[in-house]
Amino acid sequence: MSSQPLVEIRDLNFAYDNRAILKGINMSFPKGKLIAIMGLSGCGKTTLLRHIGGVLRPTKGYVKVDGKIIHELKQDELYEMRRKMGMLFQFGALFTDMSVFDNVAFQMREHTDLPEDIIHDLVLMKLHAVGLRGTHKLMPAELSGGMARRVALARTVALDPMLIMYDEPFAGLDPISLSVVGNLIRQLNDALGATSIVVTHDIQESLKIVDYVYFISDGAIIAEGTADEIRASVEPFVRQFVHGEIDGPIPFHYPGGNYQQDLNLRA
Amino acid sequence: MERTTLDLWVGAFVVAGLGALVMLAMKVGNLSTYNVSETYQVEAYFSNIGGLKPKASIKSAGVLVGRVIDIKLDTQRYEAKVTMSIDKRYQFPKDTFANILTSGLLGEQYIGLSPGGDDKMLANGEVLKQTQSAVVLEDLIGKFMYSKASESDSAK
Amino acid sequence: MPISTSLKKVGHRVVNAVWRLGFASRFFALTLFYSGPSFRRFHLTIKEMFFSGVMSLIIILVAGMFVGMVLGLQGYETLKRYGSESALGSLVALSLVRELGPVLAALLFASRAGSAMTAEIGLMKATEQIAAMELMAVNPIARVVAPRFWAGVFSMPLLAALFSAMGVFGGYVVGVVLIGVDEGSFWSQMQSAVDFQHDVLNGVLKSFVFGLAVTAIALFEGYDAPPTAEGVSGATTRTVVESSLAILILDFILTALMFGGN
Repeated sequence: MSSQPLVEIRDLNFAYDNRAILKGINMSFPKGKLIAIMGLSGCGKTTLLRHIGGVLRPTKGYVKVDGKIIHELKQDELYEMRRKMGMLFQFGALFTDMSVFDNVAFQMREHTDLPEDIIHDLVLMKLHAVGLRGTHKLMPAELSGGMARRVALARTVALDPMLIMYDEPFAGLDPISLSVVGNLIRQLNDALGATSIVVTHDIQESLKIVDYVYFISDGAIIAEGTADEIRASVEPFVRQFVHGEIDGPIPFHYPGGNYQQDLNLRA
Repeated sequence: MERTTLDLWVGAFVVAGLGALVMLAMKVGNLSTYNVSETYQVEAYFSNIGGLKPKASIKSAGVLVGRVIDIKLDTQRYEAKVTMSIDKRYQFPKDTFANILTSGLLGEQYIGLSPGGDDKMLANGEVLKQTQSAVVLEDLIGKFMYSKASESDSAK
Repeated sequence: MPISTSLKKVGHRVVNAVWRLGFASRFFALTLFYSGPSFRRFHLTIKEMFFSGVMSLIIILVAGMFVGMVLGLQGYETLKRYGSESALGSLVALSLVRELGPVLAALLFASRAGSAMTAEIGLMKATEQIAAMELMAVNPIARVVAPRFWAGVFSMPLLAALFSAMGVFGGYVVGVVLIGVDEGSFWSQMQSAVDFQHDVLNGVLKSFVFGLAVTAIALFEGYDAPPTAEGVSGATTRTVVESSLAILILDFILTALMFGGN
């Protein structure tokens, strides 16, 4: 049973307002691995994460986490499952009305009966792991974007989750913060023995750290493989994505009418 | 959990708010003079209560001694049955006279009690025998107009 | 067909309004249902009472004082014509305790604390804080909404009482200290006119109902706000408009029930 993947997605379909967003996704995430899901903005990556977290219900198919089908769980079972998951939101989603310390301590206070002095030590250890022990008295508004992301990371792993999800962890970060966060994701995954899913479109940074990559376009998987396989891929879409070419399968122009007609030019 | 300055502020706010309520009750309202002592109830029948309302005051020699608590129409006598609650400190003789009076010309109506000379005192639930109904202004005006009219008729 | 399309639009709006009302009712019911933690962990509620109650104190006290002073002046001018200046105390106190205290305090509360609540919850939603909480297996209604709701409900009667007390003081300052109405008759007329149960307690009951309505509207608008800058600002405006209307309409209904019957 140990070879059974932690997260298994089978034939996942999801439609919103009759618009298909996910079309028959099959994925599996083995324990201890760091996996990236890549694709353009709006291709359904975040929707996929929300299915794993049980926020959305699939139209067809299922997501299985730790052997349990997520959308069949009852409310309290789902909450039980979510305690074992951590999710880092796109811009951190730190609670703006609490200090850095209280943000990291939030889940410990909500879900455990730990005495306050132990929580204090645990929080400082988590903050130390992301290199921000000195900020625990600050409010989130006083942090830079990269620091906020790292605090959010500390909060995500506060209860040592078995599954960590990252929604665009690199968005809007400067190059230094980018590699800091990238390294932290890898280190935390290995140190906690957790499984991590990184949803991103930052291919260069993520190829450095991940074990396996899925490419999604328009709600379906179009390529997958290890980092080296992806770099060597000849698939036109992947080539365009990896090398950042302007034109290719993803056209530069949004579909429109005839250019000359639009400009009222007569031949 | 420790005490914080925030708790202090909220505590001060609650104390101030409750203090304001107590002030409204004691200094602005009549809680200090009313409801504190026990009461007993007596009833009286009136052929017309005018504008008397529940909670109207009951006074004797101008002193507030109780409140009207209920007004009903007794369908056997077709008279208004008024239940009054009177402070236990004030005892009245059995032949006390109940009058519906008006404070000022257009003011609120209240019940005035004029004590008689009986030795026995009223007990809880007893009925006041002697009552005088409210003076209804419209009736008065009507009577006045009528008498004026008949005066001028006879003068012709 | 322009008639059928405009009919369609009207129908669409009606259906939408009913839908939203249903959602609001469910939201309110859930808030009550998940109220346990706001009492078991009362410090959560206390923290919100600081923001909704204590932070509204200054505006409530200053406004109460000035409303009382205006009542003192206006009341004196009117009562003087009938030679009954001594009734000034009862006029000021009755109007404050029955009406102006609960209503004006609630209107100020709606624009001070209610709008802040809407903006805060709306922004928490827009910045995915609510979603993050949900994924941390913490119910945001129990953790964020319910404590704010009860804090508002508890704060409102206290604020209204402070408003009225401050107003009576303002009336006293103008009537007795500045104009020179007899102090004894000011207080005694007031005490004989204001009944504890009938006036003071009913006023408290009113402000309790207003507190319920304002916080419920504010929290719902925040929770329902589209997660954009316009969405949140629109929701904040709606909170002030809707709760002001709700206060005035409820005030009429409550007044009719309390003072109209007999």
